[in-house]
Amino acid sequence: MIQTSDLVPVLPEIFIALAGLALLMLGVFRKEDSTKSVSVLVILAFGAAMVLVSSLGAERLTAFNGLFVADRFAGFAKGLVLVASAIALAMSLPYLEREKIGRFEYPVLVLFATLGMMMMISANDFIALYLGLELQSLSLYVLAAYNRDNAKATEAGLKYFVLGSLASGLLLYGISLLYGFAGTTSFEGLANLFAGGHEHPVKPNMGVIAGLVFVLAGLSFKVSAVPFHMWAPDVYEGAPTPVTSFFAVAPKIAALCLLTRVMTGPFADLVEQWRQVVTFIAIGSMFVGAFAAVVQTNIKRLMAYSSIGHVGFVLVGIAAGSTLGIQGVLIYLAIYLFMNVGVFAVVLSMRQKGRLVEGIDDLAGLSKTHPMMAFVMAVLMFSMAGVPPLAGFWGKFYVFMAAVEAGQFTLAIIGLLSSVVSAYYYLRIIKVMYFDEPVEAFDKPVGASMSLVMAVSTIVILAFTLIPAPLVTSAKAAAQVLFPAAG
Amino acid sequence: MNDWPLLSLTTFLPLLGALFILTIRGETEVVARNARNVALLTSIATFVVSLFILAKFNGASPDFQLKETALWFPGTTIAYSMGVDGISVWFVLLSTFLCPICILAAFGSVEKRVKEYMVAFMILETMMIGMFCALDLVLFYIFFEAVLIPMFIIIGVWGGARRVYAAFKFFLYTLLGSVLMLVAMLAMYFDAHTTDIPSLMAHSFPFKMQLWLWLAFFASFAVKVPMWPVHTWLPDAHVEAPTGGSVILAGVLLKMGAYGFIRFSIPMLPDASVYFTPLIYTLSIVAVIYTSLVALVQEDMKKLIAYSSVAHMGYVTIGIFAMTTQGVEGALFQMLSHGIVSGALFLCVGVIYDRMHTREISRYGGLATRMPKYAAVFMLFTMASVGLPGTAGFVGEFLVLMGVFQVNTWVAFFAATGLVLGAAYMLYLYRRVVFGRLTREDLKGILDMSPREIAVFAPLVVMTIWMGVAPGTFLEPMHASVSKLIQNYELARAAHDGLTLAAR
Repeated sequence: MIQTSDLVPVLPEIFIALAGLALLMLGVFRKEDSTKSVSVLVILAFGAAMVLVSSLGAERLTAFNGLFVADRFAGFAKGLVLVASAIALAMSLPYLEREKIGRFEYPVLVLFATLGMMMMISANDFIALYLGLELQSLSLYVLAAYNRDNAKATEAGLKYFVLGSLASGLLLYGISLLYGFAGTTSFEGLANLFAGGHEHPVKPNMGVIAGLVFVLAGLSFKVSAVPFHMWAPDVYEGAPTPVTSFFAVAPKIAALCLLTRVMTGPFADLVEQWRQVVTFIAIGSMFVGAFAAVVQTNIKRLMAYSSIGHVGFVLVGIAAGSTLGIQGVLIYLAIYLFMNVGVFAVVLSMRQKGRLVEGIDDLAGLSKTHPMMAFVMAVLMFSMAGVPPLAGFWGKFYVFMAAVEAGQFTLAIIGLLSSVVSAYYYLRIIKVMYFDEPVEAFDKPVGASMSLVMAVSTIVILAFTLIPAPLVTSAKAAAQVLFPAAG
Repeated sequence: MNDWPLLSLTTFLPLLGALFILTIRGETEVVARNARNVALLTSIATFVVSLFILAKFNGASPDFQLKETALWFPGTTIAYSMGVDGISVWFVLLSTFLCPICILAAFGSVEKRVKEYMVAFMILETMMIGMFCALDLVLFYIFFEAVLIPMFIIIGVWGGARRVYAAFKFFLYTLLGSVLMLVAMLAMYFDAHTTDIPSLMAHSFPFKMQLWLWLAFFASFAVKVPMWPVHTWLPDAHVEAPTGGSVILAGVLLKMGAYGFIRFSIPMLPDASVYFTPLIYTLSIVAVIYTSLVALVQEDMKKLIAYSSVAHMGYVTIGIFAMTTQGVEGALFQMLSHGIVSGALFLCVGVIYDRMHTREISRYGGLATRMPKYAAVFMLFTMASVGLPGTAGFVGEFLVLMGVFQVNTWVAFFAATGLVLGAAYMLYLYRRVVFGRLTREDLKGILDMSPREIAVFAPLVVMTIWMGVAPGTFLEPMHASVSKLIQNYELARAAHDGLTLAAR
């Protein structure tokens, strides 16, 4: 029985869903010229949803018989996702207009994908999780192949779809195993089942462990963690660049938050069982992200490997399995958001004679032709490499602090060493921009929305070190929700 | 100005100058001139402010002074906390003293992208000063690492032919060492539950842990010093960097490693420091003798001076780990004098490089006939580098040898052989460049130093002689801090020995 009070925590999602339906109608009736107006309305809807999310307050609310939960953690994560989606959409508009592939379905697909992400973040049951995940994934498959006349884009879409379905299958199989051996799919039910405290640690059934591993495998695919990362470089390269900039941020954040909730919720007391798996995935991702990126010449592929590496660092925080670790995860994700949208704003501005270029060599001499753009890119690259005093350092600092607190010195040392390797390719971009002689200059003007995104992300990255308190405290409050026992 | 936050002011004044330079717009020539002037004025103003620090500093007290603290990262103990003691105050002054000189030296040699150069240099100055003032572990790390960014840009943009290789090598070598230090810092935080440096000095870490922490810090500081065998980035970076970059690299950045040993390894990890002292001695002696021999065969002037820096820093590490008053004070003095003398030597190379655009020793000879003023200045700094009594170089080396002789005569003996070799390579360099007959056609029109260049060298000459003739000015304010360092170290050692005896 659904009661009215059930609808309060779901209000942002309901609003987004209704907005999506309304905008679809609007688009159908206004036909071809509606891309821009629908996009603007979608961005406004994201803004309104943001207000609704923040108005829910600090309390932990559940809805639909515990299938859905809204708490501070969900609020924080949804805030990030909404900001990321809105920025990605705003950055897409000039591209769509230029390439003449603007259709009103594009913003609506972004909206539904975002709705799926919000459902994932708030999932409190494996069935709810799967629904949210699929809503997101199906929208993303279509978006990847959005430029349907382009062979590369359709290939990317198909590849993403086939591999993504496989991962969904793995996930579902894991969930069914869990249900079979534990008798419930509810996060709270599972958590109670495994809760034995320190005195009587529960020795979980082999079937449960197998289910856990399958669930982890499925989710690792969604966050493109090693060894399930193969799709990412191809999809990132093939998809239209604004879609790539969307892929690299919002779905990553949502999936990582989901992974965090699953690991610290139902499986909180199985930490000994999953920590080794997550640690392995983290090390693998950091290494592949560092070493495979060194030889890339295409900036979109490079960003794919870079994001694989970043996922590895976030997983270090999850592997710690403590408040500090999750706080680190959230800080990392917030900083990752701003770094990535900034970089993609630059990538989307890499146009020569109206054509987008993607080679790293095309950036040569950018510091002479576009000094401000080069400065933005340099700040973001140093930040991604984790060089203080830029914000990227603090993301790494917090996750490794958690790793050291949890006594995982080996993980911390391996992670930091791989960050030195990854520094090499970030520096290479700076080298190309600052040390090399200019080739052909990029088209001017860059465009208002791009300039704004670049400016905002650079300011955030530079200013975080000066004013860290707001983000650090809210991330901590959000992380504490997941550990009620620790107070 | 009693309540002024002098340390923050000194630290961030250059950054303010950098922001101001960024706003300069207009024609290239005008921008370049204005950027130069703003940078010079800001760095001179910074030096003046830093003199106030010295004026307010009470040399009789061993404590950290002029402290400033502000909350920074809620939920942790990480705070913005600054302060200086008798050791760090000198390095702050060394940084602020060398920066205006470097900027003045860049007036003639840096012609392209002047604005960016000045911005990078100002940011570099902020980071260096901040590092010596930081009283919080994490704040220290931030400044320590942030130095890499402007230095990478300076080497890579304004450097010589192999600048890209040198810039990458410099950055990655130092970063590799530093990340291990970061893990050690985090481990210290969870053991001591504080990141406050004075509190950490009072905390005693378990012996087993100290060994690991010490090695992690060593990984970072040894690269920075640089100690043999991880010194190979230095000759490359020095040779490729523009003159100003080389001066700061030799003058200040090399001191960061040794400063780290004095600030972290010895007071916080005293037992591990004793345990690893033979290692430091060995590496330092190898550095002193081996790099001196390498310096003898160099064809490139900058490379020769770079290798001599490694040798001179070998004395510093020997002196620090001798842990006697003379040894430590000698090491500190040697750091200061090396900062000025090797900086001046790089500037000397810069003077003729700007004229002939080559650093090859064989391309010169007989400069004394055309450039008497230059020959005199170069002579003074050569002698100071060799360690002639009456110049800055003598005091430091003598004190270090005296300090280490009380502890280990063999170390003193081997270190002393380095003095002989040092005299050999420096005098050999001087003879080949300045003496002999002026036979090369292209040298016959070479001009002596311009008034600007004389202005660059004048303060360095004064300081070199001042430090050589009246070293007390600099040693007096160190006494209290150094003796506290040694006292605490002896106490920690006694406690540790007591424990091991009791355990038997």
